[in-house]
Amino acid sequence: MIYKKKLALTYLKLDPIQTSVKFNLREKMTNQLTGAEIVFKALEEHGVEYIFGYPGGAVLPMYDQISKQKKIKHILVRHEQGAGHAAEGYARSSGKPGIILVTSGPGATNTVTALTDAYMDSVPLVCITGQVPTHLIGTDAFQECDTTGITRPCTKHNWLIKDVNKIAETVHKAFHIATTGRPGPVLIDIPKDIQFQKGVYKSSKEIEIDNKKKIINSDLTNIEKAVEMIVKSSKPIFYTGGGVINSGPEASKALRELVKLSGFPVTSTLQGLGAIPGDDHQFLGMLGMHGTYEANNAMHDCDLLINIGARFDDRITGRVDAFSPNSKKIHIDIDPSSINKIVKTDLSIVGDSLTVISEMITILKTKYSNFNSSNKEKISAWWSQIETWRKKKSLSYKKDKKLIMPQQAVERLYELTKKQDTFITTEVGQHQMWAAQFYKFKEPNRWMTSGGLGTMGYGLPAAIGVQLAHPKKLVVDIAGEASILMNIQELSTAVQYRLPIKIFILNNQWMGMVRQWQELLHEKNYSESYTEALPDFVKLAEAYGAVGIRATNPNELDGKIEEMMKINKPVIFDCVVKKDENCFPMIPSGKPHNEMILGPDDEEEISEEGKVLV
Amino acid sequence: MPKSAYEIDQQSESVERYIVVAWVDNEAGVLARIAGLFSGRGYNIESLAVAQVDDERNISRITIATNGTKQVVDQINAQLLKLIPVHKVATYPIDDTSIFRELALIKFVAESDTLKKAEQLCIDLNSIILDKTPKSFIAQYLGTRREVDSFIKTIKPLGAISISRSGALAMKKGPETVKDNKGKVL
Repeated sequence: MIYKKKLALTYLKLDPIQTSVKFNLREKMTNQLTGAEIVFKALEEHGVEYIFGYPGGAVLPMYDQISKQKKIKHILVRHEQGAGHAAEGYARSSGKPGIILVTSGPGATNTVTALTDAYMDSVPLVCITGQVPTHLIGTDAFQECDTTGITRPCTKHNWLIKDVNKIAETVHKAFHIATTGRPGPVLIDIPKDIQFQKGVYKSSKEIEIDNKKKIINSDLTNIEKAVEMIVKSSKPIFYTGGGVINSGPEASKALRELVKLSGFPVTSTLQGLGAIPGDDHQFLGMLGMHGTYEANNAMHDCDLLINIGARFDDRITGRVDAFSPNSKKIHIDIDPSSINKIVKTDLSIVGDSLTVISEMITILKTKYSNFNSSNKEKISAWWSQIETWRKKKSLSYKKDKKLIMPQQAVERLYELTKKQDTFITTEVGQHQMWAAQFYKFKEPNRWMTSGGLGTMGYGLPAAIGVQLAHPKKLVVDIAGEASILMNIQELSTAVQYRLPIKIFILNNQWMGMVRQWQELLHEKNYSESYTEALPDFVKLAEAYGAVGIRATNPNELDGKIEEMMKINKPVIFDCVVKKDENCFPMIPSGKPHNEMILGPDDEEEISEEGKVLV
Repeated sequence: MPKSAYEIDQQSESVERYIVVAWVDNEAGVLARIAGLFSGRGYNIESLAVAQVDDERNISRITIATNGTKQVVDQINAQLLKLIPVHKVATYPIDDTSIFRELALIKFVAESDTLKKAEQLCIDLNSIILDKTPKSFIAQYLGTRREVDSFIKTIKPLGAISISRSGALAMKKGPETVKDNKGKVL
C-alpha cells in the first residue's frame, strides 16, 4: 500500500496537468464536503486523537473517512458499551472529551449504559450514531431505533441532524456543551443519506455559541461570607467531590493550598479521591456508606461543612434527617440544580471549583492574614477529637496465614505500585470499595470508577481508554470475578492494540456486595449471588493472547504482583481471596453517620424500614 | 420520617399549586424533553399549554400547572434551566400577584326547552355562544381554573355532552417581565 502511494505521488510531481486538476478538485472540495467528511473535519478541529467505535450499516460513510485520514485513530472495540466506557476512561484520565462512533439501532442502544454512566458521573463524551436514511425514519426500518428519544434522559443534550449544512455547527456545539459547565455526554444522530450529501463546512470560530448558557460568574459577596464562616468555625470539615477533579489539576492544587492554609480536616467522596493526597495527615479518607470512622463522625459532629464539588449523594448522607445535624453548610457547585436538592444549605455558591477556591485563598490571605496561626488553637480540640476517632483504625482487618485477604491484596498492590505513576480503574462491588479505601491516590485523574450508576463491567474498557491516553503508565483494573465477565470481550481490544493493562481480579466466587447485603439484610438468604461456574482466568487470558497469573497464598502475593508489573502485555491476575469477607466499616441503610458498623463483631439488627432502602 | 435520600421529608412543607413557565427554542423534541424531565423525576403535570410567541426568534412559551412543595418547585425550576433549549423559567404561586386564565369549550345537545335554559344560563355566567343549531350550541368560557371548574359543574346537567379545556396561562401583574435567569440559583 505504502509503495503504491509513493508511486502516485511521484507521478503527480512529474505531471503538471494532472496536479492542477487535482488541485482544482481539492479547492472545490473545501466548499462542498460530504456529511461524513464534515464530521471528521470538525473532530480534527477539536483535536480528537482517538475514536472508540464499532462499524455497521448506517455509519459506513463515516467509516470510509477513518481509512482516508491519519490524524484520528479508531479503536475497534468488541461491544458498543465497551466503546462508551473506554471513552469515559480516556476522558477522565486526560481531561479531554471521549469520542464514540457507532451504528444505528443496536449500536446506539448498546451505548446507553455508558452514556447514563457518564451522565451520572459528569464525564464529557461526544457520541456519534448512524441512523437509517431520512426517508426511512419512522418506518421500523432495519436497525432503526428512536436514538434521540432513547438517549434524551441520559445525555446533556442530543440532536438528530436532518440537514447536512447543520453538521459542522452541531459538532462544535456538542463539544462546547459536553465540556463546559457540569460536563456530560452528548449525542449526535446522523442519518446515512445526510452522511453522503454534500454541504459546507464551518469552523468553530464561525459559529455563534450562546454565551448566556455559560454559568454566570460566582457571586463574590457569597464567597466573602463563606470565608467569614470558615474563619469563625471551630469544628470545620471540607467535604470535596468529583467537581474538584473535573475542574482540572489546578483545582486540586488550589484545594491543597486551601486545606493547608486553613489546617482543616478534609474528607472526599468516591469520585473526589486524588484531589488531596491519600496519605496526607489532614485527609480523613473517604466518607459515606463505606467511609472511615473518623470521616463520618467528623461529618456528623462538625459545626461547619464546606462542600466543594460534591452533590450530597445518598451513599454519602445516609439518613438525611440525621445528616450532620449541628452544622452550617456551604455548598459550592457548578450545577445550580445540585443546590438544595437533597440537603438544605446555609450558603450556596454556583461556580467552578478552581475559581471559587482561588478566590477564597485570596480573601483569606488578604483579609485574614493571621488566620493560619490564630486558627490552630481554635481547632485543636476538634483535631484531638478526630485523632481519637482515628485510633479506632476502622479499616483494620484480620490477616490469615493461608488465605489472601481482599484488603491485603489491594494494600500490597498499592505498596508495590506507589512509587510509579499508576492509574486505577475498577468494576463495581466490594473490590471497588476496598480499592477506594486502601489505594491512596496522590494525584487527581488517577482513579476511574463508576460511582453514580454503579456499572459492573466498567473497569476493563475504561482501562483501555486510560492506557491510550497514557501509553507508558501502569494501568490496573481492580476487578471482581463477576464484574469482569460483563465486558471481558474487551480483553481482545487490549490485545489488538498492545495495551498492557493489568486486570487484578479479587476472586471470591461471590457477587460480594450482593452476598454482604443478603447476609446483613436478608437473613443470609444467598439467593443467586454465588457463581457456580467460572472460567479458569489464567487460561482465559491465554486464549485471548494475554498473560494469566494466579495467586492463592499470601506468601506468593508480592512476588506475583511484581511479576505482573514486569510484563509488557495485558495481564489477568486471578487473585483468589477469602470468600466471605465483608466490606467494613459500613453505615447500614437508614442509619446516620455516627452509627456505623465497624466489623463483624459489631453487627446489629437492622430495622424493617432500613431493609427497604437500596 | 425519612431514612435516606430516597425518602426526603416533604411533609414538613405543604404541597401547593404552582404555574411554571418556560421560554424555549421551538425545535423538534423540546416538549418531549420537558415532559420527560417531569415524568423522569416524578413531578406532576396538571395541565400544559404550548405555543410559539416569538416568530422571529422562534421562541415558544410553555406553561405548566404543577403541584409540589417549595423545594420541589425550586428543583423543577433548576432542572428546567439545565435543558439546552430552555432560555428562562418563571414560577408563579397561585396568588393575586399574577393573572391566570383557562379556556373551555362546551357543546350542548338537548331538547329545545333545556337548550334554551342552558343557553340563558351560559350567557348569565358570561360565556360566549360560538355556534348554534336547533339541536345544539357551543359555549366558550374563560376564567381561572376554579371558575372554569364551577362553571362546568353548574352547566353539566343541562346537556353538556362534550367539554374541551385548555391548559392554564399565567402572567405577572404590573409592568415587570421575567428576566433571563439561566445559570443563576433561584
